[in-house]
Amino acid sequence: MTATFSSASYELSHLGYLEAESIHVFREVAAEFERPCLLFSGGKDSIVMLRLAVRAFAPAHLPFPVMHVDTGHNFPEVIEFRDRCIAEAGARLVVASVQKSIDEGRVTEETGPRASRNRLQTTTLLDTVAEHGFDALFGGARRDEEKARAKERVYSFRDEFGQWDPKNQRPEVWSLYNGRIRGGEHIRVFPISNWTELDVWQYIQSEGVEIPGVYYAHDRPVFERDGMLLAESPFIEQLPGEHVATRRVRYRTVGDMSCTGAVESAATTIDQVIEEVSATRITERGATRADDRVSEAAMEDRKKEGYF
Amino acid sequence: MELLRFATAGSVDDGKSTLIGRLLYDTKSIFQDQLESVERTSQQMGNEYTNLALLTDGLRAEREQGITIDVAYRYFATPRRKFIIADTPGHIQYTRNMVTGASTADLALVLVDVRKGAVEQSRRHAFLASLLRIPHLVVCVNKMDLVDFDRDAYEKAKAEFREFAMKLDINDLTFIPVSALHGDNIVERSLNTPWYEGTSLLHHLEEVHIASDRNLVDARFPVQYVIRPQTDEHHDYRGYAGTVVGGVFKPGDEVMVLPSGFTTTIASVDTFDGPVDEAFAPMSVTIRLTDDLDVSRGDMICRPNNQPLAGQDIDAMLCWMSEASPLTPRTKLAIKHTTRSARAMVTDLRYRLDVNTLHRDESATSLGLNEIGRVSLRCTQPLFFDEYRRNRSTGSFVLIDETTNATVAAGMILGES
Repeated sequence: MTATFSSASYELSHLGYLEAESIHVFREVAAEFERPCLLFSGGKDSIVMLRLAVRAFAPAHLPFPVMHVDTGHNFPEVIEFRDRCIAEAGARLVVASVQKSIDEGRVTEETGPRASRNRLQTTTLLDTVAEHGFDALFGGARRDEEKARAKERVYSFRDEFGQWDPKNQRPEVWSLYNGRIRGGEHIRVFPISNWTELDVWQYIQSEGVEIPGVYYAHDRPVFERDGMLLAESPFIEQLPGEHVATRRVRYRTVGDMSCTGAVESAATTIDQVIEEVSATRITERGATRADDRVSEAAMEDRKKEGYF
Repeated sequence: MELLRFATAGSVDDGKSTLIGRLLYDTKSIFQDQLESVERTSQQMGNEYTNLALLTDGLRAEREQGITIDVAYRYFATPRRKFIIADTPGHIQYTRNMVTGASTADLALVLVDVRKGAVEQSRRHAFLASLLRIPHLVVCVNKMDLVDFDRDAYEKAKAEFREFAMKLDINDLTFIPVSALHGDNIVERSLNTPWYEGTSLLHHLEEVHIASDRNLVDARFPVQYVIRPQTDEHHDYRGYAGTVVGGVFKPGDEVMVLPSGFTTTIASVDTFDGPVDEAFAPMSVTIRLTDDLDVSRGDMICRPNNQPLAGQDIDAMLCWMSEASPLTPRTKLAIKHTTRSARAMVTDLRYRLDVNTLHRDESATSLGLNEIGRVSLRCTQPLFFDEYRRNRSTGSFVLIDETTNATVAAGMILGES
């Protein structure tokens, strides 16, 4: 990236340092695994991930495909954005469809006003991993997001059931990563483990990367549930007493529409978003993710099952 | 803005969690929902106060048992610097976790209870910091409030620690009298210690000079990945991608490629944004060479007049990390050193080191979990290495059990064997 280092003093800026560390991880995986794949949701973290991957292998194309686990409950503008991004990167897209898993009877759809396809994604993901024989999956998880993730390695070993065992993680010293696995096992790789939410935004700003419009303030019909603003959509029923009203909002994370909340905001430019993120007193998952509010260990439990 | 990585080690009673909690809280790095969640859980667990350790103890087992098991990474920033904390448990049975946290740290923070002085645990932490060559060590003499901020008590603890530290290889040693509980000398200089002439802990973390900790003299570039686009536009492109781990690389530099020993010059140092004038540690770049040589992953690009050591026999300190079985000589293992993988065998265990007393037990025949010893290692192919004290990247390696695939040891190279 431009202007991240001053060569007179041989100093790297914090973004330059984080970028170098991430690129190192991408290249290490490409060199040591047979079939890596990059998970891409269209969210800001995966946009940064795709950008870093492109930077790592330029001027060659990405030496691995990109996978989108599609819950079917997407923001339409995010899907359009996804296709454009991946085409620009010259990458091949693999879509893992939760709807297909439901149709084939691999999983059962939850019902009721609090139904979500969030947890069903795990089966779809693991089926797709098995089908393509992927041995490494790049994910955009960051350690500042959540306390189980704060303890996860950059190379996170998953057994043949896709499970994470937090008590039995491989020591990760220096930047020497152990990617050795047996057939059926795989490694989840988190190249932006050490980035914070603010780092991601600052990088998007400095790189001038495009992000989906839902990250900027816009008018949207929403209703309030558990202190979060959920978008009105065909994928979610309102409970009695929940009223839809149009408010000026933006998203801090982009996931399944049924469990991703918006925050009220007037930020319409990247500079304003960064200003808002710098001043906020609530973590992004605390503010906007119903899936993490289930219990103190909601993320740890899902990760043990094979979640992202 | 610069990034500083620091490691802390400590256990339940020494105030480490309180100290980190205080740093995060006073720099406004704890979010409201995190604090509320910690307050809720503290109440449920029947704690009388908000237990800031719950912020870092993220795993179910850790919360249930009230202990820190694993390394937790925490992030905070001030207008001057960004910080990554590797927060590790302090007990001897978690030595491998401390080694993990220390391996990437620029600075180590060790806590000493002013009433107890340099007890075994603090000594062990200081020893590990020196073993892992963390360039800067900060000793927080804590619980000053319990001795009424008495200067003599502080000086006594400091002198005792300094005497022990003389036996270690520590470049930069700083002492700060603090009360983590009340925040004295953590973010602001405390009025309770008018006799103390140094800065607050946070100020020290913001100002300590780390840019010259890197080795900018010995040019080292382990080839990580070969980029060959095989497209019409870049038909003849052949670039060697990797991370600079020492020195500076510039176009026109005469370089040597190991193991072949051929010399050539650098045609260009490429990034996504185009060629750059120079690359230095820890930049990730792609180097193109003037001549068409056979170069692949695991090779080392260096300067002809400044080459790393090369050889199959290595003298190293090992921290054994396997729960499953102890290290015994003649065991065959996989070794990963920079981007090079080979097989290795420990041919001799020269001594086992007692991490508390630094006593060398030369009669030892094995290394158990968390034990540290000096070994001779024989590899199936030559490695290109430097002493760990000269270069933390080319001087370090891991050993992997080939049947379980577990990482069983972290190694620091002392030299040729």
